[in-house]
Amino acid sequence: MAEQNDILEEHISSEYKYGFSSDIETETAPPGLSEDIVRFISAKKNEPKWMLDYRLKAYRHWQTMEEPRHWPLLKYPEINFQNIIYYAAPKQKPELKDLSEVDPELLATFEKLGISLEEQKRLTGVQSNIAIDAVIDSVSVKTTFKEVLAEKGIIFCSFSEAVQEHPELIKKYMGSVVPYTDNFYAALNAAVFSDGSFCYIPKGVRCPMELSTYFRINTSGTGQFERTLIVADEGSYVSYLEGCTAPMRDENQLHAAVVEIVSHKNAEVKYSTVQNWYPGDKNGKGGIYNFVTKRGICLEENSKISWTQVETGSSITWKYPSVILKGDNSVGEFYSVAVTNNYQQADTGTKMTHIGKNTRSTIISKGISAGHSNNSYRGLVRINKGAKNARNFSQCDSLLMSDKCGAHTFPYIEIKDKTAIVEHEATTSKIGEDQIFYCKQRGIDTEKAIGLIVNGYCKEVFNQLPMEFAVEAQKLLAVSLEGSVG
Amino acid sequence: MLTIKNLRAGIEGKEIIKGFNLEVKAGEVHAIMGPNGSGKSTLSNVLAGREDYIVSGGEVSFNGKNLLDMSPEVRAREGLFLAFQYPIEIPGVSNINFLKTAINEIRAYKGIGPMEAKDFLKLIKEKQALVELQGSLAGRSVNEGFSGGEKKRNEIFQMAVLEPTLAILDETDSGLDIDALRIVANGVNKLRSENRSFIVITHYQRLLDYIVPDFVHVLYDGVIVKSGGKELALELEEKGYDWIKKEVVEA
Repeated sequence: MAEQNDILEEHISSEYKYGFSSDIETETAPPGLSEDIVRFISAKKNEPKWMLDYRLKAYRHWQTMEEPRHWPLLKYPEINFQNIIYYAAPKQKPELKDLSEVDPELLATFEKLGISLEEQKRLTGVQSNIAIDAVIDSVSVKTTFKEVLAEKGIIFCSFSEAVQEHPELIKKYMGSVVPYTDNFYAALNAAVFSDGSFCYIPKGVRCPMELSTYFRINTSGTGQFERTLIVADEGSYVSYLEGCTAPMRDENQLHAAVVEIVSHKNAEVKYSTVQNWYPGDKNGKGGIYNFVTKRGICLEENSKISWTQVETGSSITWKYPSVILKGDNSVGEFYSVAVTNNYQQADTGTKMTHIGKNTRSTIISKGISAGHSNNSYRGLVRINKGAKNARNFSQCDSLLMSDKCGAHTFPYIEIKDKTAIVEHEATTSKIGEDQIFYCKQRGIDTEKAIGLIVNGYCKEVFNQLPMEFAVEAQKLLAVSLEGSVG
Repeated sequence: MLTIKNLRAGIEGKEIIKGFNLEVKAGEVHAIMGPNGSGKSTLSNVLAGREDYIVSGGEVSFNGKNLLDMSPEVRAREGLFLAFQYPIEIPGVSNINFLKTAINEIRAYKGIGPMEAKDFLKLIKEKQALVELQGSLAGRSVNEGFSGGEKKRNEIFQMAVLEPTLAILDETDSGLDIDALRIVANGVNKLRSENRSFIVITHYQRLLDYIVPDFVHVLYDGVIVKSGGKELALELEEKGYDWIKKEVVEA
């Protein structure tokens, strides 16, 4: 018992590693949401009229919509959307030539997060080759390796830049997978999104490095609304990584992002997320409300989209990365580890919509609940009429670490075609005292034992992550679950 | 090596070990036999430090240190190994990874850095041969999908890799066919040395045909009621535990 207390003590004192806030000169809009604010954001970004019109349409539509409060298994106080700051940007000179012109405090922030924006460092082989788009509060501050990628015709830039430089692509694809009418948060995002990443891989190109977006909320009272759009043209391939952190604050901050993926004929997109937004303190105070819409479409035949997510952060997670399998023989995958501790709540899962013939989807979901948290898997597998020989395999496992937490599984299956084969497996287990004792008897302490056992449990998902992300995810998992067995 | 004095312990408020005494010197092999419910498994769990078991009295000294003060993992790092009666499965964790973690934890405790990958692989190869464990088993998840015999062999394999000074084998013979029994016993015999001691807990004399003990103790109702040499095991086999029970009652 004494030992258990020690571990608990240690956990309480081992604070969220990324909880610092940086003193960066910031320009913010006044709190609240109105057409004026939407116009203000659009003007700040110097946007063309079509973009402003799109935002206004989304805003007006949003006003007619209701917050999705009833169906998710989430409890939280009402969000006052007039108290949120919808635009915050680090003040900086326009047109940065190189990193020396960036606010040193900003660079230091990213260094602290273990992200180097200096390409040089990466080229020496000290770190792996990953091109990064760094987004702080509302704006993208730096995209690395742009020139290297441009040689292959790959476009990787901030969303705002894409609106200016590649309007034809944005007009064609933005909202084509997640229209602003889709849901409450998608509409809100479409109205006020401030930045994000855009990526286009041309025909037949295999992206030579991992592309990555790193999101950071810094300013108090702000919401973060970023948009990511990835288009993989015929026969191309890209692996995309997303990471995120936020300072520790007593208030709840809202994050409502939209990610859209379009995969053309024979193209493949692999999207991996390690979500580590501030989860709130041990009593459930503070933390990020994470309401995210992620969806991809396999537009044509033989295309593939794979989502892998490791969710350890946020006080509230509402997120269902989905795939629309439109093209014949297309493949959708969803691999997820969702960890909740203390008073965190997660309602997460996926949607696989089979439209094309011979389409296949795989869902592997591993939920881990600890403390007083609640962790729900919610997933829909829909086989439309005419989706001949569609195939789905779903496996949803829940692991309970304490006797005060909850794990829930809500699988929805809609089959309109008789030729479909759909399999669903689900298990719920409690982390074994026996397993922990077995490890201890071999000299491994409780913390490490839990790390081993949980990582073993999540192995199928971690195997899907790019190497450096897998290592990070394993460490993150151990930290998130410190002292959580009870 | 190990001195147990007047140990009293139990679980869920029920005393099961009721004044147990034992002295194990370096290099000795002690067999503890007894009928069902005599406290054999409780004894091994208490020595390994399982939290559910409460020690209510007595002393246990291990290499001059107070064993009862140590957490289970410290006991292991100090050189105590328990071969489980029912080895536990850990899905998704490879045997290799599990052992590497264990070895490096033990090394860190002793102030030595992690073992080099190539040394570790060499060690694994060498010890696998000892228990005739196939290479593929080492790469599989800890005990997952192992047959009963494979699980027991895996316990001895782990023991061989971790090189404890005191190994407690808790009914390692249960559920083994004669071939597996021979392999397990051979493994143990190869690990016998002048500075490694064994406590072999068993219900049947059979295992002791292969692992020949220096001493045999009979545990009954939480205390040792009779001790002797290896011939005591044969006598027990012949006369059964009722003989001991009768003696105890008469005494």
